[in-house]
Amino acid sequence: MLKYAIKRILLMIPVILGVSFLVYFIMDMAPGDVISVIAGDQNLTTEQLAELRASYGLDKSVFVRYLLYMKNFLRGDLGTSYITHKPVLQSFMEKFPATLMLTIASILVTIIISIPLGIYSALKRGTIKDNVALVLALLGQSIPSFWLGLILIIVFSLNLHWLPSGGIGGIKNVILPALTMGTGMTAILTRTTRSSMLDVLRQDYLQTARAKGVPEKKVILKHALSNALIPIITIAGSHFAYCLGGSVLIETVFAWPGVGRLIVDSLNSRDTVMVTGCIILKSTIIGFILLLVDLLYAVIDPRIKAQFAKGYKR
Amino acid sequence: MKNKNIHRLARDAEKADAPILVSERYARRSQSTEIWIQFRRNKGAIVGLVLVAILVFCALFADVLVDYDNDVTGINISQKLIRPCRAHPFGTDDLGRDILCRVLYGTRYSLSIGFVAVIIGMAIGVTFGAIAGYFSGLAEDIIMRLTDILGAVPSTLMGIVIVSALGASTFNLMLAIGITSIPEFVRITRATALSVSRQDFVESGRAAGFSQKRIIFFHVLPNCLSPIIVQTTLRIASAIIAASSLSFLGLGVPVPAPEWGAMLSIGRQYIRTYPHLTLFPGLAIMITVLAFNLLGDGLRDALDPKLRR
Repeated sequence: MLKYAIKRILLMIPVILGVSFLVYFIMDMAPGDVISVIAGDQNLTTEQLAELRASYGLDKSVFVRYLLYMKNFLRGDLGTSYITHKPVLQSFMEKFPATLMLTIASILVTIIISIPLGIYSALKRGTIKDNVALVLALLGQSIPSFWLGLILIIVFSLNLHWLPSGGIGGIKNVILPALTMGTGMTAILTRTTRSSMLDVLRQDYLQTARAKGVPEKKVILKHALSNALIPIITIAGSHFAYCLGGSVLIETVFAWPGVGRLIVDSLNSRDTVMVTGCIILKSTIIGFILLLVDLLYAVIDPRIKAQFAKGYKR
Repeated sequence: MKNKNIHRLARDAEKADAPILVSERYARRSQSTEIWIQFRRNKGAIVGLVLVAILVFCALFADVLVDYDNDVTGINISQKLIRPCRAHPFGTDDLGRDILCRVLYGTRYSLSIGFVAVIIGMAIGVTFGAIAGYFSGLAEDIIMRLTDILGAVPSTLMGIVIVSALGASTFNLMLAIGITSIPEFVRITRATALSVSRQDFVESGRAAGFSQKRIIFFHVLPNCLSPIIVQTTLRIASAIIAASSLSFLGLGVPVPAPEWGAMLSIGRQYIRTYPHLTLFPGLAIMITVLAFNLLGDGLRDALDPKLRR
């Protein structure tokens, strides 16, 4: 298993290098550059602009700049922002806890709602209650998250005055953004839990457990659920990663000072180093989360662990 | 209808004595009939199909339904920010434009962006996916590593980067969303093509001396269609959300076009005083996405032989 993990981490290196190349070159295609943002309205002459450009190393061709960037990158230096002159890593780490907190809160909301709902729906299969749950899940999946956020703000903060409409602070500030981010995920996870439970509920060993006199509650929660968990964890894990990446809209709607906002602001000021650095860091973190999810299977499912032990190749 | 069913039941009962005939009768059904029968059973799928048909109708005849220059983009300050009433069922926006007309016309933007973006992603993704699935070895490795790179960046983020680099325009928006949907198409096509390529009819095609291009595009790909069709339908739904998200951030269809996401970003400024600006464009997005999700789920159930009774 350790071998597998190391192999996966090694495979991530070329992917991350590729991502840096891709993002750096796409950013270079943008009209105008960071100099026009820095110079702003101060009517500089062409010579002064050229001088400024040279002082940032922007007079060199994009290939040379990328190679220089990579040289520093391989030493672990992600560069400094053109605008704020702060190291990229430091800026990222300042904003990342907020994004992480939001994502964790939303995944908690998701798990608390969707797993019981999915189990309930599977147990009541074909009834009106099941259909209501399915329709709700489908609606949740189809709602654009940023719009849901706006609607929640209208209802809970502008009309009922229960919760703040944005910003970071106490636990009250997290509720609305976490609900907004979690809704799409809740919908998908409810459906996954339901279908996974339905698969398991058909198995003979549940009948055996019941025949042994195991209480029904234990049959469902222990015997059935623990076997239904694998697809649930896959989806939850990949959605955790997805939310970390897609947090930018929620952060915009709720004025949440996270990494998504940082990237969009840096994009607007053409801060190539900042954007590339943040995307590399985010993609790396997502890669690690997906790896952790894969390793988690082995912990849950002894069959997969046995495959690892035999040196099974994936 | 009921009568017909009774007749059919009676006929089936008669034939019960001769099971071979019954099975022949079922065997004679074409595959598309079989799929349609399966699809029709699913109420959600039918709702989705009807909704998509209505939306396509609105998009095609938007010019006939509303007057673009007067109602959709025409500024009429005296009529601004009217709450929903009989003359303006959805109210008017900050420039006095009727929101119902704008939402109706917006169907054209959302559907065309969704369709074109997904077609771009599908054309590229399916081609490379089929090549990767058919030729194992170096070609597969290269294509899959490139896919990994493209897929490693979260798609919303990648879309934002591409649009802000190329400049905000409708075409660039389609392109950006198309590019971000490539990885999914590559992966799904490769997986299916891989199993199809191992089947005997592909081998016999090779034995008959067909060119590899012909085998890939006329023998392998047609047999991979079901998952691709399902993926396309579901992907249109997420492309419509992605398009409105980017427009909401100001990175999509330029003003004054009535794109739903862009309308929401105007609505956000008036969220405290005039929430109706926010309500209706969002509902339109939700219904459209719901329609494609229902259709996609229905197609998946109908096309997947494993689920068939």
